[in-house]
Amino acid sequence: MSLSVQLRHHFADFEVDLAFQVPSGISVMFGPSGSGKSTAIRAIAGLMRPTEAQVVLGDRILNDTASRRFIAPHKRRIGTIFQDARLFPHLSVQQNLDFGKRYAPTTVSLAEEKRVIEMLGIEHLLSRRPSGLSGGEAQRVAIGRTLIAQPEIILADEPLSALDAARKAEILPYFERLRDEADIPILYVTHNPLEMARLADRVIVLENGRVSGEGAAVDILSDPSVLPAAAGGALIEAEVVECHADGLVELRAGSERLFVPGSNCAEGRKLRLRVPPHEVMLATKRPEGFSALNVVEGRIKAMHDVNDAAVMVSLDTGAGALLAQITRRSVAGLGLTLGATCYAVIKTVAIAHDNMGFSGPNAVKGGPVTTKIT
Amino acid sequence: MSVTDWISQVIGLGPQEALAVSLSLKVAFWAALCSLPAAILTAYALARWTFPGRGLLNGLVHLPLILPPVVTGYLLLLLLGPQAPVGALMNSIGITFAFRWTGAALAAAIMGFPLMVRAIRLSIEGVDQRFEEAGAALGASPIGVFWRVTLPLALPGILAGAVLAFAKALGEFGATITFVSNIPGETQTLPSAIYAFLQVPDGEGAAIRLVIVSIILAMSALAVSEVLARRVGARRSGREGIR
Repeated sequence: MSLSVQLRHHFADFEVDLAFQVPSGISVMFGPSGSGKSTAIRAIAGLMRPTEAQVVLGDRILNDTASRRFIAPHKRRIGTIFQDARLFPHLSVQQNLDFGKRYAPTTVSLAEEKRVIEMLGIEHLLSRRPSGLSGGEAQRVAIGRTLIAQPEIILADEPLSALDAARKAEILPYFERLRDEADIPILYVTHNPLEMARLADRVIVLENGRVSGEGAAVDILSDPSVLPAAAGGALIEAEVVECHADGLVELRAGSERLFVPGSNCAEGRKLRLRVPPHEVMLATKRPEGFSALNVVEGRIKAMHDVNDAAVMVSLDTGAGALLAQITRRSVAGLGLTLGATCYAVIKTVAIAHDNMGFSGPNAVKGGPVTTKIT
Repeated sequence: MSVTDWISQVIGLGPQEALAVSLSLKVAFWAALCSLPAAILTAYALARWTFPGRGLLNGLVHLPLILPPVVTGYLLLLLLGPQAPVGALMNSIGITFAFRWTGAALAAAIMGFPLMVRAIRLSIEGVDQRFEEAGAALGASPIGVFWRVTLPLALPGILAGAVLAFAKALGEFGATITFVSNIPGETQTLPSAIYAFLQVPDGEGAAIRLVIVSIILAMSALAVSEVLARRVGARRSGREGIR
C-alpha cells in the first residue's frame, strides 16, 4: 500500500504545488508553519477540495480533479490523528474506541481491540471521560480509536505539538511501535527536528508550498542544501557489536567503530544516532593525546555557508554522511577544500531512535538520549 | 383518575378551570413534541448549510414572532378551515384542525417554532466542527456524524428549545382563539379560559386561580430551560480543556 499525492491549490496570497509519495513506514513531512503541510493533510483526508489534485491510495483514486472524482472523507479509510486529540466529549474512552470499531470495514475482534488497548497502555482509562484525561492520555486514546477503525493509511497531523516535553516523550515510543508493528504507511507531519530524526524512514521537506526535498531520512537529514542547519544533523545507522565492562557500548556504523555509554546493552541491536553539526570538530590529522573516543575519517563533499561566520561542512565517512558546523576562520586556517581528507571528532551522540529499546544512562523514558562522550 | 380530576382535586380548581389546565398541558406537549424534528432539521440547515433561499427560510421561520398572532391564526383558518381546499383535503383523509384541540396544538407549534429553532440553532452552531471532522475521519457518514456526534453534543440546547416552545405553547392566545375558537374541553386553553372567565361577572376568582397556575408553569419551564442552557455552557467551556 502506498499513497501518491499531486496537488495544487491557490489561496488568496499563497500557492501550494506539491507532489510526493508515501510508501509503507513513516514518512515525515517537515516544514515551518505556512509551508503547506496542513493543506496537504486536509486534501488527502478529503476535508478540502484543492484546485487541482490527484490523490491515489493503493489502487483507489481518492481525488482526481481531471476526471472529477472525489471520494467523501468517510469513505477514504484514512485515519487522521489530529494535533488536538478530538475525543468526543460526550462519550467515555471505551465509547470513543467503540466509535472507531463501529465504522471499521471488517469486524474488530476482541483480541485485536485488546492488542491495541495494551499497546497504548490505556486499559485503566476505559471508563473515564475525555475531560478527565491528560493531553498525553487523550492522544493515546485518539491513536487507539484511529487504529481500531482499521485505516489503510494514517495521517498524523503534528500529533505532539500541543504537548509538553514529558508528554511528547510519553507518546513517541507508541509511534515507533506503530511503525514497527502496524504494516501501513504513516504520514507524520511535524516541524520538530527531533521527532523527525527519531521517527522518519523517509522525509518530505516542504518550503513555501513546494516540496524542496524528498528521500530517505539518512540522506535528507545530512543534506544542508535541503534542511536548515538547526533541523538537520547527520543520522548514522549503527548496530551494537560489543558490550564492554566499563559501561561503554561498541557500535558498528558502516566500516567505523563508535563508542557510546549505555545501559541495557545487547549485541545485535540496531539503533540510529543523530549527530548534531555543532558537536563535530574537524582535524586535518588524526588527533592524538585527545580524550574524544569517536574519530572518523572522511572526505569533504560539500561546504555551505550558514552565516557570516559559520560554514557547514558535509563529509563522506565510513560511518555515513556527517555534518560539521565550523567557523569560516577554521576553514581558512586548516585549508579545507572540497575533496580533502579530514578527521571528524564527534563530541556528542544522540541516540535518535532505537528499534530495540536501548537506552542510555540519561534517558528520559523514550526521550532522545544525548550523551557527551569524550 | 384522569389528569383533569387530579388537577381539580389536588390544586383545588373548578372543573372548567381544571379542564383548561389539562388541555393546555396536552396541547403544549404535543405542539412541542411534533415540531421538534422539523425544528432540528430547520436549525441544522440554517446553522450548517448554505443554499439558495436560506434567507427566505430564516425569515419564514421568524415570521410568527413578528406577525400579530391574530394574523397567523387567520391565515391558518384560511388555509386549513373546513371550507379551504387544503383543509377539505386533509378532512377527507381524517385529519381535522379547525375548532379541534389538534388545531390548537398546530397554532401553538407554529407560534413556538421560531423560539425552538433559535435555541437549537445556537446549540448546533456551538458544536465544534472539528469533532464532526474526527467522526468522518473514523469512517462515519454525514448522517452517522449527525446522529452520533452533532445531535448528542447539541442535546442540552435542543431540550432547552423544546421546553421554551412548550412554555410558549401554554401561553399562546391570539392565533389559537382565531383559528380554533374558545370551546371548553376542546380548544379552551389556559389563556382562553382566563379570557372567558374575565368576560363573565363572577369569573374573577377562577381567572385569578388560573393566572397563578400560569405563573407557576411558566416559571418552572423557564427554570428547566435555564438549567439546560447552563449545561450547554458547561459542556462548551469544558471542551476547551479536552484534547
